[in-house]
Amino acid sequence: MPDKTKKTAALTRRRFLEGTAGVAATAASTQLFAPAVHAQEPVTLRYLGTAVNQSAEIAAKVKEDLGITIEYIPVTTDDVVKRAVTQPNTFDLIDIEYMSLKNVVPTGNLLGMDTSRITLSDKITPLFTKGEIDGKVVGDQGTAPKKVIWMPSENAKTFADEPTQYMTLIPTVYNADTLGIRPDLIGRPIESWAELLNPEFKGKTSILNIPSIGIMDAALVVEAMGKHQYADKGNMTREEIDLTIDTLIEAKRNGQFRALWQDFNESVNLMASGEVVIQSMWSPAVTAVKTQGIDCVYQPLKEGYRAWAAGFGLPRTVDGRKLDAAYDFINWFLSGWAGAFLNRQGYYSAVLETAQENMEPYEWAYWMEGQPAAQDIMSPSGQLLAKAGEVRDGGSYADRMGAISCWNAVMDENVYMIRKWNEFVAA
Amino acid sequence: MTSIERAPGPLTPPSEEVVAPGHEAAATHGIAPRSILNSPYALIAPLAIVMLIFFVGPLILTLIVSFWNYTQYSIEPAFTTVNYYDVFYGCVARLPDLCVTFATYLSTLKFCLIVWAITLILGFVLAWFIVFEIKTVSTQIVLFLICTIPFWTSNVIRMIAWIPLLGRNGLINDTLMGLGLTSEPIEWLLYSDFSVILAFVHLYTMFMMVPIVNSMLRIDKEIIEAARDAGAGTLTIALLVIAPLCRPGIVIGSIFVVTIVMGDFLTIGVMGGQQIASVGKVIQTQLNFLQIPIAAANAVVLLGAVLVIIWGMTRLVDVRREL
Repeated sequence: MPDKTKKTAALTRRRFLEGTAGVAATAASTQLFAPAVHAQEPVTLRYLGTAVNQSAEIAAKVKEDLGITIEYIPVTTDDVVKRAVTQPNTFDLIDIEYMSLKNVVPTGNLLGMDTSRITLSDKITPLFTKGEIDGKVVGDQGTAPKKVIWMPSENAKTFADEPTQYMTLIPTVYNADTLGIRPDLIGRPIESWAELLNPEFKGKTSILNIPSIGIMDAALVVEAMGKHQYADKGNMTREEIDLTIDTLIEAKRNGQFRALWQDFNESVNLMASGEVVIQSMWSPAVTAVKTQGIDCVYQPLKEGYRAWAAGFGLPRTVDGRKLDAAYDFINWFLSGWAGAFLNRQGYYSAVLETAQENMEPYEWAYWMEGQPAAQDIMSPSGQLLAKAGEVRDGGSYADRMGAISCWNAVMDENVYMIRKWNEFVAA
Repeated sequence: MTSIERAPGPLTPPSEEVVAPGHEAAATHGIAPRSILNSPYALIAPLAIVMLIFFVGPLILTLIVSFWNYTQYSIEPAFTTVNYYDVFYGCVARLPDLCVTFATYLSTLKFCLIVWAITLILGFVLAWFIVFEIKTVSTQIVLFLICTIPFWTSNVIRMIAWIPLLGRNGLINDTLMGLGLTSEPIEWLLYSDFSVILAFVHLYTMFMMVPIVNSMLRIDKEIIEAARDAGAGTLTIALLVIAPLCRPGIVIGSIFVVTIVMGDFLTIGVMGGQQIASVGKVIQTQLNFLQIPIAAANAVVLLGAVLVIIWGMTRLVDVRREL
């Protein structure tokens, strides 16, 4: 009798496990897929960057115009730097932020870009080459592009102070970030960074949990509160880091933050769900909230903006046809179509003249000159971004980019800063 | 799951069916070909090689790198303990205040303990239901698969899906306020310890349940009848008869849950609104800023902590013998 029970028990158990294992195996196998295989003939460029800049439209257009296939490798901002430093042979073109150059150029993994091969190199906005707009100097705290754009030679591992023939990166997109707000839930004007830590919004604010950027937003708040004036928010002393983090910790302990966010989509969710009414934000996130029909404003503030900029770089390992194709692609990128495409999303492009040629006059007036929209403004994918009569937040290009307070940066005291930031998260 | 082939519950005598593969081959052929392939070492070699290359190797590298120096863009071979010093920066000097590392481990251990207790009770009850209450195998399989539903979507989507339920304007708050039970939205439903634990339990009860189911399937149902005949109630049977027999399953499940929770940073990050520290998050931040040696040192410390916990658990039961 015991034998019989044992047998059925074993059988049952085996059948049971087999049944579930089969299903599990099927589920696992569907998730595996072979990497795409490409033919030899037309040149394929492996384009490493963040997903935000990797539009299918640009890849399709460049395929049509130049016959070059763009193979996007979308990773996070941090992973772009990691790949550039540790695996420079895994891509042919990199789209990376200027602030990261301080960590990448000393490795020698980036090839200086020969400006004589860039047709429109002298048309690149002076914001990058000289740090000026219309001859007016703009804020250069932090890693301003003009500090890291020149290289003494093609194979250099350092930056040049004066313009040379070689550029580290050819700018792709740039913009100025500020706080996003829900005007419908706040119900009064917001004018200062200090509002982020205003107890009025206790439990309804958020700051981004990317230390190098989060601390800059925090520094803008500290300055706006009148607690301290930084010599350079993008390169703080240890005492300044302590002060900034202590301010954040105090606010956190008082329950000021509903959450911190790290991922673009998290910021969209926080804002759209009303969990948060004022927070650090990126402009495409504001657009994403708006397209859900929710009132969200990228609020210009009197203390100015935190700017960022990205550009194309070449890994040292790229050569031959791929190198030529990379230069062709970059020249194409600056020639107008892509610039117009980016400007229509609220970013700014490197060569403004060619972008203007590819935009309708009413579009240019709305996006770049700060004028009320003469007719409805559509995104490149056909979504309504602004109704006729609306004005772009931050006004014109000169107004917006002219009000830069600091640039995204990598500090000399980076290691200490990150330790302190972890303290804030653990507090 | 080689345990399937082994002799089941303690009441059944050892069976003749269980024959080692080598002997079986010898019996069928009438001779004893002791080829190299028949040796136990050859049999474990493939797995051993895979483990060496993909597990032991990286582990040793991590240990080595944790003693290296680093700059913002490079790591340099060296032998320095400064990374370990940095991990425990201020831990002694600041007492009785907790340093970041101690505070982080304390918070992670707290989650570990709570999640372990809840998943254990839930896992045990669910396993009991599937094994002893459901009579047909097909129903058992269906119910078992229903338990895997949380794994059908990506981790991130699963966690974001909690917001419309638990959020300030979420379903629960709307319902409570609609019923007049509360006048203000309850804030601690989301981005709190509560939501982190909820998400962990939702995700990892399965890991506790499966090994317990495995153990329970080996239990002779007549034992329960015998216990019942002897006058034991359900709770007594569960605690004094079934639980001891499920000990290996419980320990294996506990190891799963504890190791996953100790190393988790995604769930704590998303459900805690990024405001709750976890060891994994600290390591991730350091890796993102290319501080690889200190991240490695942190990983080694975490590994040590988890190993101590597992060692403690295996003291309670000899898993190898029980299998």
